[in-house]
Amino acid sequence: MGMLALAFLGLLAVIAFFAPMIANDEPIACRIEYTRADGATTNKLYFPGVKETLRQLPWIGPALFSAAPPFSRMDFKFKKHFKPGRDWAIMPPVPFSPLETSGDRIQGYSGRHWLGTDELGRDVLSRLVYGTQVSMRVGFISMGIAALIGLCLGAIAGYFGGWVDMIISRVIEIFMCFPVFFLILAVLAWFPPRIENIMIIIGLTRWVGIARLTRGEVLRLRELEYTAAARALGAGPFRIVFRHLLPNALAPALVSITFGIAGAILVESGLSWLGFGVQAPNPSWGNILRDGYGLMATSPHMIPPACVAIFLAVLCFNLVGDTLRDVIDPRTRGRGA
Amino acid sequence: MTLLSIRNLSVEFHTEEGIVRAVNEVSFDIPLGKTVCLVGESGCGKSVSAYSLLGLVSPPGRVVGGEAILDGAAKQDLLKLSGKELRSIRGNRISMIFQEPMTSLNPVFTIGAQIIEAILSHQNIGKYAARKKAISMLKQVKIPAPEQRVDEYPHQLSGGMRQRALIAMALVTEPDLLIADEPTTALDVTIQAQILELLKELQADSGLSVLFITHDLGVVAEIADEVVVMYASRIVEKAPARELFANPLHPYTRGLFNSLPSLGGNADGRLQTIEGSVPDPLAFPTGCKFWPRCELAVDACREIEPGLRTLAPDHSAACDVIEGGSRD
Repeated sequence: MGMLALAFLGLLAVIAFFAPMIANDEPIACRIEYTRADGATTNKLYFPGVKETLRQLPWIGPALFSAAPPFSRMDFKFKKHFKPGRDWAIMPPVPFSPLETSGDRIQGYSGRHWLGTDELGRDVLSRLVYGTQVSMRVGFISMGIAALIGLCLGAIAGYFGGWVDMIISRVIEIFMCFPVFFLILAVLAWFPPRIENIMIIIGLTRWVGIARLTRGEVLRLRELEYTAAARALGAGPFRIVFRHLLPNALAPALVSITFGIAGAILVESGLSWLGFGVQAPNPSWGNILRDGYGLMATSPHMIPPACVAIFLAVLCFNLVGDTLRDVIDPRTRGRGA
Repeated sequence: MTLLSIRNLSVEFHTEEGIVRAVNEVSFDIPLGKTVCLVGESGCGKSVSAYSLLGLVSPPGRVVGGEAILDGAAKQDLLKLSGKELRSIRGNRISMIFQEPMTSLNPVFTIGAQIIEAILSHQNIGKYAARKKAISMLKQVKIPAPEQRVDEYPHQLSGGMRQRALIAMALVTEPDLLIADEPTTALDVTIQAQILELLKELQADSGLSVLFITHDLGVVAEIADEVVVMYASRIVEKAPARELFANPLHPYTRGLFNSLPSLGGNADGRLQTIEGSVPDPLAFPTGCKFWPRCELAVDACREIEPGLRTLAPDHSAACDVIEGGSRD
């Protein structure tokens, strides 16, 4: 079950990254004859979908794929200049962009729009694909922030003990009292409701579980002989904590992080549903659900896809977390998964 | 030549139940290139004494007195060094190996990585040179196929092999003193003999001094030049190994020897024991700490705590009852 869930999450990750090649109104690859304003005619290969995908790579993407051929930017509209017969193009499986409106409003499932269209005639499947991007990003980045804080503080509290532990443990207890969802709503009253802000707030509040688990694990590990051996070899305290102990203490935190990702996805969906998350017109699973909710009485076709997407993603992260826990903790081995 | 001279070392643990003096006024010398065995039963303070030399006693324990002068360009008192100074000595001039080879290696790193780390934290050489050094050290401790073993994880090695790797890790920086805290206790006898043999060889090659902590008199006989016997936080007897085995003076030491099973001993042989048990460190008896278990105890023993007396050349014991020099 766990492996199946992991495979599905892998699929989601692939969908998220390759979204511009899966759902796009521009082709993956095309050859177009085009007469420029100065009268010169060009007939070149273009890969707008590929380029858009690669541009998403952090840091190197924008630097590498800005202008140079063969990914060169088309200085014309694909739809306007594309002539079937003369030119050819390989379109993505979902040939609609998530923001592209059309006259086909509020349509049910069809061969053209597999999951129908919304109020503005936007393709729901295309929006769902890009919603995956948002959810994965929120899940991983927010828990990345949480893991960074939680692992560091937990390890420091566990290893140094004494008043350091005392302070960090009290801070953890204080943070545990925060109702995260309402805190986010409150913070978004001051800060622009951008997805980055949501990620940061989730990260800044969800680290406590990770910190507690790491602290407990480090408390156990610091009594082991290899810690004494590292000290006897002349390693300093920070070297011992972050190089020797933390890698050994990762396992339980990893389980917590996996569950945390599921939680973060749920929080983001909830916020988007309320209109505080990803802002229109950009798609997210919560947004799609909200758009569908308004039309539920007459055309409920938008509800199931968004629900199923949220449900499956959260379920799979939880299943993976469960399996991880079974693998890590020998006492539960053989029961679950 | 004395490498490390320990004088009046005292270590206390401040627990909620009271103050436990785990090491009380312990003095002994570790000569250059020799092996000193610290012998005693569990809880007698032998490990704590050794740990305190490297500043490894952690709260609630703390060194409350004494000095440990390490010979060298600057005669440093180990007990008064700052954390940073201590770290430059740990693993560099003084290394340590531990009892449990199973848990003394970090499971997430290859043994090579751990040895290389030991080298790089004290020596300013390149990674590649450090790796070569690690491999040659593994060869020195007689690990077969060191070029492959260097990239293996601790769980891929057997217990004896791990202890060898630990020894390699401790000795790769060519320390002057190796503190070995019961390094063979967790190993079976044949491996134990091999490790002791290896230590002796390495010592002969490098002129290393060893402080060997054990409760196994068989191991002592195998490896010791000097023996220090501890009982309930104090030294009760110290002598060169040969002398001690030939002529144990303190009633406790005698008891220890008597309780050793001997091959071909009397057939009905019940093992002799020392009556009673180790006293509670929170409530040591007054006077000599051994009197409740001592056959020779007289009334005075309950009052006066005996100091170490030299009873034969190089041989001292902390007992006021026994006579010096008598060989029986």
